[in-house]
Amino acid sequence: MGDMDQQMLDKYRNNFLHEVEEKVDDGDWVKMCMQCGVCAGSCTFGPDWEHTPQKIFMMIRAGKREEVLTSSSMWMCTSCYNCMVRCPRELPITHIMHGLASYAHRLGLAPKNQPTRDFSLIFWENCTKTGRVNELRMTISVYFREGFISGVKKMWTLRNIGRGLFFAKRLNPMELFVSHGCKDKDGLRRALKKADEIEARRRGYAVQPRGYSS
Amino acid sequence: MAKREYAFYPGCSSQLRGSAANYLVSVESMCEKLDIKMTQIPDWNCCGASISYAGSSELARHVLSARNFALSDKHLPGQDVVATCAACWLGGRETIEKLDASSQLLADTNEALKEAGLQYKHGTEIRHMVEVLVEDLGYEELGKPVVKPLDGVKVAGYVGCQTNRPFGIAGESFENPMYLDKLIETVGGEPMSKYEEKVSCCGGSLAFCEPEKAEKQIKNIVESAYDNGADIICTPCPLCQANVEVYQSEINRKQGTKLNMPVVYYSQLLSVAYGGTLKEAGLDGHIIQPKKLQDIAVKVVPGKR
Repeated sequence: MGDMDQQMLDKYRNNFLHEVEEKVDDGDWVKMCMQCGVCAGSCTFGPDWEHTPQKIFMMIRAGKREEVLTSSSMWMCTSCYNCMVRCPRELPITHIMHGLASYAHRLGLAPKNQPTRDFSLIFWENCTKTGRVNELRMTISVYFREGFISGVKKMWTLRNIGRGLFFAKRLNPMELFVSHGCKDKDGLRRALKKADEIEARRRGYAVQPRGYSS
Repeated sequence: MAKREYAFYPGCSSQLRGSAANYLVSVESMCEKLDIKMTQIPDWNCCGASISYAGSSELARHVLSARNFALSDKHLPGQDVVATCAACWLGGRETIEKLDASSQLLADTNEALKEAGLQYKHGTEIRHMVEVLVEDLGYEELGKPVVKPLDGVKVAGYVGCQTNRPFGIAGESFENPMYLDKLIETVGGEPMSKYEEKVSCCGGSLAFCEPEKAEKQIKNIVESAYDNGADIICTPCPLCQANVEVYQSEINRKQGTKLNMPVVYYSQLLSVAYGGTLKEAGLDGHIIQPKKLQDIAVKVVPGKR
């Protein structure tokens, strides 16, 4: 990861905007931002962002590579798409935020233990295992991501919700052992592995190891 | 033969004993009354939702959605794909839009899908269940099977995000979409026309990883419903439903509030109004009991039973 960060630094030198345009999903839109700030005022978790999308776009153009890629801001996106539909320049802001977060993670610069980053990784691992989400295992993985004791505490705190969902027939304890899934999960996993190879080829990356890539 | 046929993409949360299991149940009973035939896409897979961006590439996510379209095309040719989940629908529409716009992305997706012996072809449509209701049937048609109008039930129509943005329902505004209120009216309920949190975000999947921030959103959504005098919140999105219903007890525990507002799906309102039982309308699937709806569901209609 660190190697790739250095490689990109060498390649793009001081032109972070150019790097974002080439490497980040929908990054070629960043130059279109006119700094009106509507996105900043429309954001669900706006008050919790260190840098609003508006600021992130300006920081990219100002070459603040490290500050942008190590920021926790992009990880605050709830995918509500409010910024995107309100943007007068029609920038796909939600996708750019996801793209920046994804790129920061790929370079190993995303903040350590960022809860949304961790959840995102857990979700992808979970849903690609059998082709469908195992909600119980996903929830347990999220709660236990900071260790066993804190996991037990969280589960204990939320025990009434768990019990309520169980009696409402919306939670199945058997999912610990048996998952819903696709019959052709092997075919699906082969297709995803191939997709990663193609992506790596197109963008000049090394293929990232995933659950299905071995 | 059913009047209308669609390829059904229920999504992970709607599966048996999933967090939105009662959504599926109510959709099935609603569709039966409306003479809509929904055939599940054989072997459908997860759409990847909006949260998997750190763990996946954009291409991999398109492959997920394209696989469902390819399967639908193969087994249920000519039928529109209908999703009940907001995220499934949104993900699918994004894939169609992107693959239509880029021949390279299309070629890459098909190169990957070949590994599963499938091919995505241009021309598939994915629609939200609500689109089928309001566009293909229309409010008038939807009103015909009503046998138990939801008289006196005050409903806060909570549209939320992903059934509303960025695509939304054609002809509706992003800031104040009216279709949910019209659906409520169609089945005899009273929509809360001044409900301020109609299109606010519940925190989405970040309720898992940033619970405090999401709970702030949820509290506003529920309190606004109370302020408007609503008996019940109604939503078209399975994640909105789960978040807004399930975390009220957590907010109460942490903040000493007494929130106890039931949250149901539009399909449950329709199912009850069409004479569905508690079970058929999925009203046995709640943590906060939607009492008013349950009462109507168990009420015997003179001459009908």
